[in-house]
Amino acid sequence: MAALANQLPIGLSIAAVLLLIALGLTFTFGQMGVVNMAHGEFIMVGAYTAYLLQGAVGGQSLLVALPVAFAVAGLLGLLLEWSLIRRFYGRPLDTLLLTWGVSLVLQQLARDVFGAPNVQVTAPAWLVGGVDVLGVRLPHNRVFITALAALCVLGVGLYLAKLPQGRRMRAVVQNRELAACSGIATGRVDRSTFLLGSGLAGVAGVALTLVGPVGPGLGTFYIVDAFLVVVAGGLGRLRGAVLAALALGFLNGYLEFWTDASLAKVLVFVAVIAFLQIRPQGMVALRGRSLG
Amino acid sequence: MNPVLEVRGLRVVFDGFAALDGVDLTVAEGELRFLIGPNGAGKTTLIDVITGLTRPAAGSVRFDGVELVGLREHRVVRLGVGRTFQTAAVFEELSVVDNLDLAAGFRLPLRSLLRRRRGISDEVAAALETAGLTALADRPAGVLSHGQRQWLEIGMLLVQRPRLLLLDEPVAGMSRDERERTGGLLERIARTHTVVVVEHDMEFLRRYAREVTVLHQGRVLREGSVAEVQDDPRVREVYLGRSKGEAVT
Amino acid sequence: MSGRISLVLCVVLLAVAPLVLSPFRLGLLAKYLCFAIVAVGIALAWGRGGMLTLGQGVFFGLGGYAMGMHLKLREAGPAGLPDFMVWSGVEELPALWKPSANPVFALAAVVVLPGLVAFLLGLLVFRQRVRGAYFAILSQALAAAFVILLVGRQGLTGGTNGLTNFSRFFALDLTDPGGRRVVYAITAAALVLTYLAVKLVVRSRFGALLVAVRDHEDRVRFLGYDPALVKTITFAASAVVAGLAGALFVPVVGIISPALLGVVPSLELLVGVALGGRFSLAGAVAGAIAVNYAKTLFSEDFPEGWLYLQGGLFVLVLVFAPRGLAGVVEAARDRFRRRPREEVAG
Repeated sequence: MAALANQLPIGLSIAAVLLLIALGLTFTFGQMGVVNMAHGEFIMVGAYTAYLLQGAVGGQSLLVALPVAFAVAGLLGLLLEWSLIRRFYGRPLDTLLLTWGVSLVLQQLARDVFGAPNVQVTAPAWLVGGVDVLGVRLPHNRVFITALAALCVLGVGLYLAKLPQGRRMRAVVQNRELAACSGIATGRVDRSTFLLGSGLAGVAGVALTLVGPVGPGLGTFYIVDAFLVVVAGGLGRLRGAVLAALALGFLNGYLEFWTDASLAKVLVFVAVIAFLQIRPQGMVALRGRSLG
Repeated sequence: MNPVLEVRGLRVVFDGFAALDGVDLTVAEGELRFLIGPNGAGKTTLIDVITGLTRPAAGSVRFDGVELVGLREHRVVRLGVGRTFQTAAVFEELSVVDNLDLAAGFRLPLRSLLRRRRGISDEVAAALETAGLTALADRPAGVLSHGQRQWLEIGMLLVQRPRLLLLDEPVAGMSRDERERTGGLLERIARTHTVVVVEHDMEFLRRYAREVTVLHQGRVLREGSVAEVQDDPRVREVYLGRSKGEAVT
Repeated sequence: MSGRISLVLCVVLLAVAPLVLSPFRLGLLAKYLCFAIVAVGIALAWGRGGMLTLGQGVFFGLGGYAMGMHLKLREAGPAGLPDFMVWSGVEELPALWKPSANPVFALAAVVVLPGLVAFLLGLLVFRQRVRGAYFAILSQALAAAFVILLVGRQGLTGGTNGLTNFSRFFALDLTDPGGRRVVYAITAAALVLTYLAVKLVVRSRFGALLVAVRDHEDRVRFLGYDPALVKTITFAASAVVAGLAGALFVPVVGIISPALLGVVPSLELLVGVALGGRFSLAGAVAGAIAVNYAKTLFSEDFPEGWLYLQGGLFVLVLVFAPRGLAGVVEAARDRFRRRPREEVAG
């Protein structure tokens, strides 16, 4: 029973990381029809940013790394959007392959710059260890990651609900043409979505340095699961992404605990397929009146 | 007369808005029925429900005594109900013949589907003739004009030998000439088929309609001959009177 | 007509290859041909059917493991156990392996297993109208899960190392150049036959139906066909083709391992198809052979350059020639043909 409870913070932190990654994916997919396989490399960029800052700043580099990684990954996303992706709007399958090509190049670039072996980021002292609450061991780093994700989701939620930019973004997700007709500069909204989504992936990268090593393939490890969150959660919806990330995070955490890592992945996949049998609506495009 | 289509108490709700609110409709064998009503009256929604595209919240649709509600689209077609769409949807990369051949082959077993088409079947040739597309038979359907696409779609319906045809605004966006030809086509088809036509165009209605059903705000407002419907003050109020300008164009 | 001439030309080229290539180079060519077989299946599912499958490695792997397991059992030591099981301390042959001893079962499993998995997945996914990028993502997740499962079940699958050290392919001695030449011939014949079979499907009514489903799935429903079934059958067929290629890959290269089947290798299978042109079967075959040849060249000299080139290729093809080289050739031919007419008109 105690072991079961101790798995809780692990599942929660897996969910938190998945959510940070999936937010960008679900919005770029929902809003622009872009399936960004290079999103995983923004995670890697964030993680390497933390690694570099550790050398430059030392001790409390983590807190510096969060905003810097957001900016670096965000700007990289912006660059990708501006240079390539905007030519491919509405062609999701082509963007998938295109961005996968980009992802290969970025990974090799990381290998050339930082070397193929993994590097380690040392967590600050206040994130080492944990506390016991009602007999449940809460490791500090897992709690921190969960809180970080919660804060980011809260931020994104507020952005969407309160700020004019966020409202414009929601408008474009719901109906691009109508939004354009009502005078919204959709191009600018697209770019800010990309900046936000890629930036969050960078933050996720920093968070991941707290639980594991950093390597050029870091992104590929998480991108598939994050896409499953998008599939299960439905398009461009914050609430869907949160629920799906929680479900998949806990499923991953507990299945790995009960069976083992290799069987867990298969079972998660089966669970997603089973879920689609009950609720495909989340992911099927709304049916219009004409079939044009 | 033998009722082919019986719609009873049909109710469709979109996000709390009742697009259809208790619609009853009976279409008899061999009838040519026009379905009219102002925008948002629920005409297309009605066709969508009959063909399985939209699920109703309540009510039943019986075709030849068989309940259609709950059947998937291709099952409905296989029972003998065919439809066209407001924006004609044809397969642009396939030739006109292949479009028709595909429509005609829907009852073929997989084994026959895996064979190549040899020549043009009599049925497809006849449909080419009826649709006036014989000269364009081998061109990709993508080169067809808007009117020609509608005729191709109607041709695709005919080779399927449906017992009930549902045409959704067949003359929308057509030139006067094209409307004439479509009307002629419709008259010919109606001789041998049961047809329901959704239409906005009042001139077209007056020329070709026999029985008319007027929908308004998701309910049946009036049913009768063209003359009866036109004389009904309620119909005038909700439909004819208000949109005369648009209707006469 | 020109298509038939080029086909004959290609068959002749495949036939003379053993006479002019060294055994090593012939082995490499045979490997490219295996990938070309997969490419034919991808061109069918993706080009014709619009189903971007990012999980072909799974089906390639299922075929490969089905074949590899049988070959391993033929060469098994005195305890009837494959070498890797002895090393990892397995004492009794796992139940999952037992049927593989039967050659008929193994050969059937090569095509039935991938076909069945694809059919099941296709049915569950396409019936719910999950399609496009969602399907691509799901097929990719399948590849990811499959590889993790293979790696994790060390005693059952050989783990990361996979199945390797094959010295015989049924009656053929794989250490002998003569035996390897026969394996090459079988692979080449398999490619030609697969190509012809898929070509027939593409030209049949079913081929037209498939294009119709790709372009207007919803409209096809109202013609009385079930698009989910059409897609499922096609997807399963492409999986069968991949399974066949995987099975041939085992005697050709002498190994089947998770590193060949995961997310990245599955995407690599697409590079050639995208480059050659997904709408053209011949283009897909040529693209697959060319890309894998380029990979060999680069891996020999500077391996890190290959990833840049591969990534760059994807970007360049999609930006400048989304229909691939076959599309470029077609466009050029169209322009060439149209020009005289325009001069007449002008």
